[in-house]
Amino acid sequence: MSGNNHHPVLQLKNINTHYGPIHILRNINIEIYPGEIVCLLGGNASGKTTTLRTILGMVRPSAGEIYLDGERVDGLPTTEIVKRGISMVPENRRLFKRMTVLENLEMGAFLRHDQDGIREDLERIFELFPRVKERLHQKAGTLSGGEQQMVAIGRALMSRPKVLLMDEPSMGLAPVLVEQTFEIIQQINQHGTTIFVVEQNANMALSIAHRGYVLQTGRIVLADTAQNLLHNEMMRQAYLGEM
Amino acid sequence: MQRALPQQISDRFNFAAGVIWALRVIVAAIVVWGAVSTLTSGFYSASQWRDLFIFGLAQGGVYALIALGYTMVYGILGFINFAHGEVFMSGMMIGYFVADYLNEAGMWNGNPVLALLIVLVVSMLTSTGVAVLVERIAYRPLRESPRIVPLITSIGASFFIQYAFRGLFGAGVKSYPRMEALQGAITVLGVRILKVHVLVIVAVFIMMGLLYWFVEKTRMGKAIRAVAEDKEIAALMGVDIDRAIVMTFAIGGMMAGAAGLLYALVFNQVFFFSGFLPGIKAFTAAVLGGIGNIVGAMLGGIVLGIVESVGPILILSGLGIPAPHQLKDVVAFTVLVLVLIFRPKGLLGERLAEERD
Repeated sequence: MSGNNHHPVLQLKNINTHYGPIHILRNINIEIYPGEIVCLLGGNASGKTTTLRTILGMVRPSAGEIYLDGERVDGLPTTEIVKRGISMVPENRRLFKRMTVLENLEMGAFLRHDQDGIREDLERIFELFPRVKERLHQKAGTLSGGEQQMVAIGRALMSRPKVLLMDEPSMGLAPVLVEQTFEIIQQINQHGTTIFVVEQNANMALSIAHRGYVLQTGRIVLADTAQNLLHNEMMRQAYLGEM
Repeated sequence: MQRALPQQISDRFNFAAGVIWALRVIVAAIVVWGAVSTLTSGFYSASQWRDLFIFGLAQGGVYALIALGYTMVYGILGFINFAHGEVFMSGMMIGYFVADYLNEAGMWNGNPVLALLIVLVVSMLTSTGVAVLVERIAYRPLRESPRIVPLITSIGASFFIQYAFRGLFGAGVKSYPRMEALQGAITVLGVRILKVHVLVIVAVFIMMGLLYWFVEKTRMGKAIRAVAEDKEIAALMGVDIDRAIVMTFAIGGMMAGAAGLLYALVFNQVFFFSGFLPGIKAFTAAVLGGIGNIVGAMLGGIVLGIVESVGPILILSGLGIPAPHQLKDVVAFTVLVLVLIFRPKGLLGERLAEERD
């Protein structure tokens, strides 16, 4: 759980990111502690996805620092950042549709060479998602949306990440699948994975998160525990659908 | 006078569809009429047909090996590398010099197996090197450009390599030395086949098998497929995109280098322009099989080789056209045009074209 006596596993310090001349992220500060679920909320074009892309080194911050386990990782290539323990479930899942489910999971473990560990983790994922095991040799493109979500989460877990990033996991899924997805996120977290989830669906995200940040046009405007955010007047008006 | 717009559109659509159908009927009629009158004339014996078929298989196998390079590069970068014919030629050309040297040294006929292996390795390495260099120098700086840019660059690279080889080695036609061990024919399952054709066909299937295994089963092969499908996500898995792309060019080069030696064993000659026609034929084969599809390229190459070998005589001689075999290029490119008209996605392709943005 969130404990201030811990060191953050992932820390963004005064991060600024530009796309060309456009200033997207302004002085972002985020801290994620081991074992937490932290959510980043915000509307369209608030900079949520850019935050994830910055963490993963797909765009370079123009100023600020990112620390993973106390080591500076901003400026490193994506491959290196992934190697050091960050993985992502991308928006819309983005499976390799022409590859089999098993191959997708293997791609998640691309940088690992400990065959025994990989097999162990595969078994863990089959336990979590029995459906995935049934579809192992099917092309990922033939799976339903919910099954694809499971494979995408499994694929991200296969690298044994220190922090798992999730970009809009509720996007494009039927409501019942959204609920199921968030249950799964909670379950994975209980098994010890630290999770940073970016969502527009604030209600859903706050219902499972420990803490949350609210992003508005590139600035963090609120940062608090999930409980407090759920009861925050501004949040209720802007994001939780209460007029 | 002026009809409503939807009406105009449907008129035009009907007209286009009508033309396509008429064309389909005409092509089918020509093929059937030609084939029937050739076969009923009884001018060609069964064994002649068999020889044509086997020659087509050998030639098609070579096309297939080259076509793999086109299709894999298209799969991963989305453009046609028109310099690939020159990648093939470069292996064949440098292979010639080694073969010639080995011949002088008495090894070409003294120890043909070893000599062939040496030339094979050299020509594969040469083609691989050229393919990788072209990627590094000509295409990588253009990675972010629209696909038309590397496409046009590849045509420039093709000319550059041709004329570089002409400058280095002269414009003359060079003849591969004659290998006694490959002269004559053997009988396989009651069928007489030229030894050189046996070698080519066996080698082609070994190479294709190795490539298929590599792409399907190895870690690097999976990485290449992942990059072909979604570069950003592949990078998120920790795949080094540049390395996967270089490997793709390298593998295409290896296949083209092997094809270079096999082609030289069948046709014996090489000069700086030797890559052009087989290159365009292999491109046709890749389109025929479905561009971007690896099994499609293998199938397309073999089908094209057989059509090119059997087709002119089967169809054209029945139509009373003299010396039909000289028209095999016409047949091959007619196949390209027909595929583009009637089935642009090729025999096995449908996956890539649809999913690309």
